Amino acid sequence: MEIVNATQSYLTNLEVMQLLQKIKSTKKKFGMRNLATVTYEALQYLEESPCKTQTCEAITSYVKDLSSYRLKSYEILQMVNDPPTSALHTQLLIDDNKAPLTDEQNGKIIELTYKHFHGLDPGPPSVAVAETTQSNSTS
Amino acid sequence: MFVLAELKDNVRIAPDHFNLKLIDAVRDEIDRKLANKVLLNVGLCIALKEIVSLKDSTILPGDGASHTEVLFRYVVFRPRLGTIMTGKIRNCSREGVHVTLGFFDDILIPQAALQHPSRFDEAEQAWVWEYPLEDGAKHDLFMDVGEPIKFRVTREIFEETSPIGPPKAENQTAQNASTSAAAAAAAGAQEVKTPYKIIGAINESGLGVLSWWDQQNKEDDPEGKKGDDTTDYENDEDGEGACEE
Repeated sequence: MEIVNATQSYLTNLEVMQLLQKIKSTKKKFGMRNLATVTYEALQYLEESPCKTQTCEAITSYVKDLSSYRLKSYEILQMVNDPPTSALHTQLLIDDNKAPLTDEQNGKIIELTYKHFHGLDPGPPSVAVAETTQSNSTS
Repeated sequence: MFVLAELKDNVRIAPDHFNLKLIDAVRDEIDRKLANKVLLNVGLCIALKEIVSLKDSTILPGDGASHTEVLFRYVVFRPRLGTIMTGKIRNCSREGVHVTLGFFDDILIPQAALQHPSRFDEAEQAWVWEYPLEDGAKHDLFMDVGEPIKFRVTREIFEETSPIGPPKAENQTAQNASTSAAAAAAAGAQEVKTPYKIIGAINESGLGVLSWWDQQNKEDDPEGKKGDDTTDYENDEDGEGACEE
C-alpha cells in the first residue's frame, strides 16, 4: 500500500454521512463485516450530530455568510460540523488571539447558525442580542 | 474530523469474482482490506469514497488471480489537533476519563487535562469536578458513564502493532499447568497495543460534560456574559436534552 497523500482534503460530516447512507442502502455482501460494522457505528454517531438536519445548500450559504469574518478554513469546517449556539461555543471554535471577536460579531455568528440550520432549538436570537447589550466588552 | 486520503495499492481479484465488473470487484476488495482498520500515520479507515484510476490488470505466474494497481480515495477518521469533538464517557479510571465516539474508542482525557480542580471518587469510580462557588463552598460535578462530553484533541499517538500471532495458551495447556496457561494468556494480552490513540483535554471554559454549560439555552440568564472573561455556568440538575446538540 502506498500512501500518496494522507490528508488530501477535509470532509464535512454531512458528506461522510451521505456516503455511508449510500453504502448502507446497497446490498450486503458476504465477508464485509468490518465495513458494515464501521458504517453502522459511524452513522449512529453522525445521526446524533448536527449534520443530521443539514443540507448542502444550507452549508454553502452558511459558509458564504461567514466569509465576511476572516476565518481560517479549518475554523469554518469546524463550525459547519458543530454550529455554535452560544458565545462560549464560538470562542472555543475560533482562535481569536490575534483579533478578538466583539460580542456583536459573536452574536451575529450565532444568529447565522439559527438562520441556516433550522433543526436546532430556535432559541430566540434576542438572547444573543440581550447579552451583547448587557455585557461590557473588555476588549 | 474526517479526511480524504489518497492511496495506491495492488489489488488481487480471485478468479471466483471474475463475473463481477472489475470496478465493483476492486471496490469490494479495497473495503474488505481497509474498512475499520487503522493505517499507520493515516488514521482509522472508514469507507471507500471513489476510485481515481485503474491500471491494466496483470496475471502473475503461478497465480490464477488478476492483479490491478488502483489509485483511490478513502474516507479516514483523523481529527486535526485542536479540533473540538463531542463523545460519550465510556468509563473513568485513575489515569483519566475514557471517551468513546461509538466507532472509535481509544480516546483518553488524562487527569492533568481535566477541569481544575478535579478528584477521583473511588467509590463511584468517577472523576468529579470540584467547582468552586463564589461563597467558598464547592459544588461537585460528576462525570458519569454515558454522559456526552465535549473535548479538544491535543495529541494523536500512532503505534506500530505486529500481526496477532497464534494463541500461546494452546501450547501451555498441553503441559496441564493451568496457572502457566493463564500467565501466558495474560502476558499475551498485555502486549496488545492500540494502534491509534487520541489524547484530549477539557480544561477550558465550555469543555466537559455538556450539561455543565447548558444553562443559557434552558433559562433566560439575566447576568449575561463578559467579553473575554470566563464566567462559568453550571447546571447539574437536568442533563436531558444536552445530547441533541
